[in-house]
Amino acid sequence: MTEMLTMFKADGSAPDFNGALDEKALIHCYRTMLMVRAFDDICMKLQRSGRIGFSIPNKGVEATQVGAASALRATDFLFPSYRDFGMALHHGAKPVDMMHNMFGNASDSARGRQMSVHFSFTDPVRFFSISSPIGTHLPHAVGAAYAAQALGKDDVSLASFGDGGTSSAGFHSALNLAGVWKAPVIFLCQNNGWAISLPASGQTASDGYAIKAKAYGMPGVTVDGNDLLAVNQAVSDAAKRARGGEGPTLIEAYTYRMGGHSTSDDPTKYVPAEELEEWAKKDPVLRMQRFLDKSGLWDETLEEKLLTECADEVAQAAKVAEATPGPTLETIFSDVYETLPLHLRRQGEQAFELAERKGGADAGGGAFPL
Amino acid sequence: MTTLTLLQAVNEALHTKMREDERVVVFGEDVGPKGGVFLATEGLTQEFGKQRCFDTPLSEDGIVGAAVGMAVNGLLPVCEIQFQDFIFPAFDQIVSEAAKLRYRSGGQYTAPMVIRTPYGGGIRGGLYHSQSGEAYFAHTPGLKVVIPSTPHDAKGLLIAAIEDPDPVLFLEPKALYRSVKGEVPEGSYSVDLSTVRTVREGSDVTVFCYGAMVPVCEKAAAKAAEGGIESHVIDLRTLLPLDEEAVLDAARSTGRVVVVHEAPRFCGYGAEISALIAENAIEYMEAPVRRVTGFDTPFPNTLEHHYMPDERRVLDAIEGVASF
Repeated sequence: MTEMLTMFKADGSAPDFNGALDEKALIHCYRTMLMVRAFDDICMKLQRSGRIGFSIPNKGVEATQVGAASALRATDFLFPSYRDFGMALHHGAKPVDMMHNMFGNASDSARGRQMSVHFSFTDPVRFFSISSPIGTHLPHAVGAAYAAQALGKDDVSLASFGDGGTSSAGFHSALNLAGVWKAPVIFLCQNNGWAISLPASGQTASDGYAIKAKAYGMPGVTVDGNDLLAVNQAVSDAAKRARGGEGPTLIEAYTYRMGGHSTSDDPTKYVPAEELEEWAKKDPVLRMQRFLDKSGLWDETLEEKLLTECADEVAQAAKVAEATPGPTLETIFSDVYETLPLHLRRQGEQAFELAERKGGADAGGGAFPL
Repeated sequence: MTTLTLLQAVNEALHTKMREDERVVVFGEDVGPKGGVFLATEGLTQEFGKQRCFDTPLSEDGIVGAAVGMAVNGLLPVCEIQFQDFIFPAFDQIVSEAAKLRYRSGGQYTAPMVIRTPYGGGIRGGLYHSQSGEAYFAHTPGLKVVIPSTPHDAKGLLIAAIEDPDPVLFLEPKALYRSVKGEVPEGSYSVDLSTVRTVREGSDVTVFCYGAMVPVCEKAAAKAAEGGIESHVIDLRTLLPLDEEAVLDAARSTGRVVVVHEAPRFCGYGAEISALIAENAIEYMEAPVRRVTGFDTPFPNTLEHHYMPDERRVLDAIEGVASF
């Protein structure tokens, strides 16, 4: 593994921190991390009580998500994986809008078409619609970066993916194209130790992931993914390079998925308990808290206030989303094309007519296998 | 009006749209200074610069994936896959990404883009330079699938595809690239997607075809006419979304139908036409629908002229359904 950029010292100090984030920004980052955790907590409860089908926990990788987002503008283009919504929250996406997706209701931006955790935002942040296949969004980030440059904008793209994603065709194609085109794009590999049940050691024989950058003609950087300041620094540097016309960067954020792959997964079957214990000591939220404390920006009162605010907001979001009606039958057929073609109109009308004649279809319960 | 080959018409459409709209970019393998292996993009880099028409690494999923990213961020990409046989690494990008983007984001993100690719046999290309994969793609909601058969349509349909708000797979019959010539209007015009073209009027048998099979069917129809059978030949030209009403009207008008394509038969596009008619116009039918297609085998090289439907096979089918 290449040398790892870390800012936090064991005592919570960060002597090399250049002040890129002011006090307000630091507290906002911390609050966003707590919000990710609060959102995860309530989703786990909603899933276990059968009110939503599926969720993806983020515990352990919050500093990577939020640290990266804090280094970018809302006009930059985020191409996220399904374990990245802290980036959207950081730039002002509302928990209630995310919760509409978790329930797949009529107010969901995808109208309940996607399974939960597949968010999409254009406002207040460009958070590209998530798809489930791994690595397909990396070439999108390159194309968007090419377009930004061609249209004379200085926005950058950021593609975020896990260690598993580095084995996908999209990873190779995207890094190769970006290198050749010198596209203003940042590749953020979150090496969180696991691709569902496969440990990083089974994913690649290379010495870490950052060194893969070399073959594509771009810098590769390893950063402590549980250190928000270090992630912010690495992504800021990469963004600066990209905006300056110097091309792409591959960043490997070394972190750890402390929960399961999803609510359908039982990680105790394959995650060694002692490994989890080791990483729990490096919990990114606790490290950030320690830094804020050391900097005189944190106390128990603030902690209590933020935790209460976040818990209340996600609880309220869940209440609103659960009470929001499901999508209407029409939404099966709309948005396939801009204009509804005749054959879809006919299929829709037959479905509506059947619903009228025989009653509504059973919406079904159940959950996805993964 | 000028007389152009189908290939020149494609080139002319690209020139026309690139002049008209600065957002249009063209890229793919060898499409830059060389102008593509068939010369469909000849002269574009020279006229519009290498920012707007450029070569890419050999990476089909990268090409189509980057096109999706360009499309969502303000450009109008027209990418080329050198041969349709090589499109499969990009299948995920086409089927899972481009075609589903509008739906899965509730219209927040869309992919107005065109993927051009030469398809079909007749050039001694063997297994990997001859396939007709339209059925794989016509099975994909959210995608449009277009196949021209004349220079006029090639230009007008390609312009319409570039202007379309949804992703379009534009399959070019390479066997016709230089073998057909026709009158093409100058300047910009478009041919509406999802409309069929009546190639020939007739009251005895309806023949549905597209792409490189259109001239084959025209010849067979001319032969059949010598024997007193008048064929109504329809060029489907947009396989998805299909103008189903026009297909049904044409089927009902004769009650006897032949469907022709060079792709394999099993689950081929002809099966859809046949089912459409069976479900909606069975009471008009005087004979079973007959399919003339490639065999359910890989595409052979030396014997390709036996594999591809020719005038002889189409004529036999026309006579068969006419006399049923």
